[in-house]
Amino acid sequence: MEFLLVQSLNGISYGLLLFMLSSGLTLVFSLMGVLNFAHASFYMLGAYLAFQVSSKVGFWPALVIAPLLVGALGMLVERFGLRQVHRHGHVAELLFTFGLAYLLEEAVHLIWGRSAVEYRVPPELDGPLFQIIGSQYPIYRGFMMLVSVTMLVSIWLALTRTRIGLVIQAALTHPQTVEALGHNVPRVFMLVFGGGAALAGLAGVIGGNAFVTEPGMAAAVGPIIFVIVVVGGMGSLAGAFVASLLIGCMQTFAVSLDWSLAGIKVSQVAPVLPYLLMVLLLIFRPKGLMGTREG
Amino acid sequence: MKYRPLNLGRWILWSATALVFLAAPQVLQGGFALTMLTQMGTLILFALSYNMLLGQSGMLSFGHAVYSGLGAYVTVHVLNLMGKGSLYVPVPLLPLVGGMAGLFFGILFGYVTTKRAGTTFALISLGVGEMVFACVLMFPGFFGGEAGISTNRVVGKPFLGLSFGPAIQVYYLVAVWCFLGMAAMFALTQTPLGRMANAVRDNPERAEFVGYNTQHVRFLQLVLASFFAGVSGALSCINFEIVSAENVSAIRSGGVLLATFIGGVPFFFGPILGAIVFIFFVVALSGFTKAWLLYLGLFFVLMVVYAPGGIASLILMQFPVIRAGRWREMALPYALAALAGLVALAGLIGLVEMVYRLSEQGASTVLTVLGLSFDARSAPPWFMFAAALAAGLAALRAAARRVGERWGAIQLELQARA
Repeated sequence: MEFLLVQSLNGISYGLLLFMLSSGLTLVFSLMGVLNFAHASFYMLGAYLAFQVSSKVGFWPALVIAPLLVGALGMLVERFGLRQVHRHGHVAELLFTFGLAYLLEEAVHLIWGRSAVEYRVPPELDGPLFQIIGSQYPIYRGFMMLVSVTMLVSIWLALTRTRIGLVIQAALTHPQTVEALGHNVPRVFMLVFGGGAALAGLAGVIGGNAFVTEPGMAAAVGPIIFVIVVVGGMGSLAGAFVASLLIGCMQTFAVSLDWSLAGIKVSQVAPVLPYLLMVLLLIFRPKGLMGTREG
Repeated sequence: MKYRPLNLGRWILWSATALVFLAAPQVLQGGFALTMLTQMGTLILFALSYNMLLGQSGMLSFGHAVYSGLGAYVTVHVLNLMGKGSLYVPVPLLPLVGGMAGLFFGILFGYVTTKRAGTTFALISLGVGEMVFACVLMFPGFFGGEAGISTNRVVGKPFLGLSFGPAIQVYYLVAVWCFLGMAAMFALTQTPLGRMANAVRDNPERAEFVGYNTQHVRFLQLVLASFFAGVSGALSCINFEIVSAENVSAIRSGGVLLATFIGGVPFFFGPILGAIVFIFFVVALSGFTKAWLLYLGLFFVLMVVYAPGGIASLILMQFPVIRAGRWREMALPYALAALAGLVALAGLIGLVEMVYRLSEQGASTVLTVLGLSFDARSAPPWFMFAAALAAGLAALRAAARRVGERWGAIQLELQARA
């Protein structure tokens, strides 16, 4: 019973982290039609920058500074890279971000080396939060959940309750009309792209020390968030939310179960499960969990 | 009977290609050149098969290595069975085995991946690629885990006096299969299926209205491409005598995408150029610097931004100007742009290499170029390289504007004459 509870909490915290990543990806995709392949690289960059900044001024300032830096980089990428490629079409934009992912990974290799860096949980967040019938639950997991939920609620409020949020929502469906009303739609694109990057950066700041900060972390999480976007339905935020939690819990449970079937342990199968889910879903429900478009 | 003029240009081009294949190891002597040529042949086949998807059908795949890799795995097992004497297949026909394996997995996975087109197809192909990669690590019995499965290509009696021990024999085996594959894939572009694939790429809705099932066209195209990918996988298995998880990895899939795009997606021969350039980067440049992947990525991004038609488009652009005899006017602007580009490149390389010297533990911080040495711990080289980069970029901007003006003027005149 306590196993179930602790693992569900772990699964939810991982799922929320995944949603922080996939929500930015989904927003950018539905607004600009660009699938940002470098999204996971922004996540990695967030972790590395947090490591660098926190070694100078401590974890708490890094929690704010690192995502802002990543967001600024994202805006630069949109302004001087993507906007130039836009005239060549969506495939060129996708390939541009794909090349960018290569570049960012190599840049990390060059600057921080090829092995993992010592980016640790700050001492004030290290330790158990509470005990459930003998097993301890770490504070940091709780902190991760708190940050994710705060972030997601504030984004939801910003999108639905503020002026700029309404402009963004309108630009999703009717960019020409929004432009005709006098709003600078390219600047909205830049802001959203930067915002998505900053969100990924924040996920990196809190995920980097919960897991490991190493050059392979982008390649490890990248395919998973793409699977989430497909499973949830392309461009559907609600779908991405459900899919993130589903895959987060699925991964966490599969890794910790030691049942075995035909000599193969469930924990060994864990890496394949998200992809298997995607394949099955495509066979039986090609538009994804909450997708509307078929094509 | 239809009137069919003999396409002389085409015959000359293909004969010349065959001649290049034949003569290449004679012109470029040495073991290193031979290794590179053999790898180029393998990658040319792989990149052409990839372009059947990206260039001809508009399917951006991030998991094409699945088909070549699984083809290679099946080939390695067949080779090992031959080594035990329980099976006999002539070594020169092994690529066919790999091809059939590729075809089989193409049918299996293609059924799922081709359900959707566009961006979704790209994501699904990525997911399937990751799934296969994870499975390869999960079943070490068949796939040999991280270390992979090694084999020996010299098995059984020599086939027509060829044992395939010496590297030169392997090169010619690759060359023959590569040429056959090139011819077959070119022939495929001329068939109704090849034409329909182009239609599905350009306007799927209209293709549906004409009465074709776009999903079916995509599926057939993917299955055929998987066959050729499998052939190239088998060739790489014969060449390296080892197949590991890396063969099906996202790194391979990304590599073939880079090679194909750099060469030129809109043209049939583009991937051939791309494969040659890519192997140069991977094999030759990686010997000099550990930052080669950064340079390759930068080259790719620059191509995406400035020349989305790849190297092939840059070459083809020159032909009308040359035919009009106006190329001499372009020579000076081109030379200036190249010079400015070289200065910028030198500055960039200097900076990158110095960053690398500082980050790598135990590496010497002194960079030696052409007898000059720069210490990465002192400030002057940083200023020098940064200045070279900035000046080079500024000059390149000006030179590029000049190229554009001259080019535009010539184009206008040519159009006015026509």
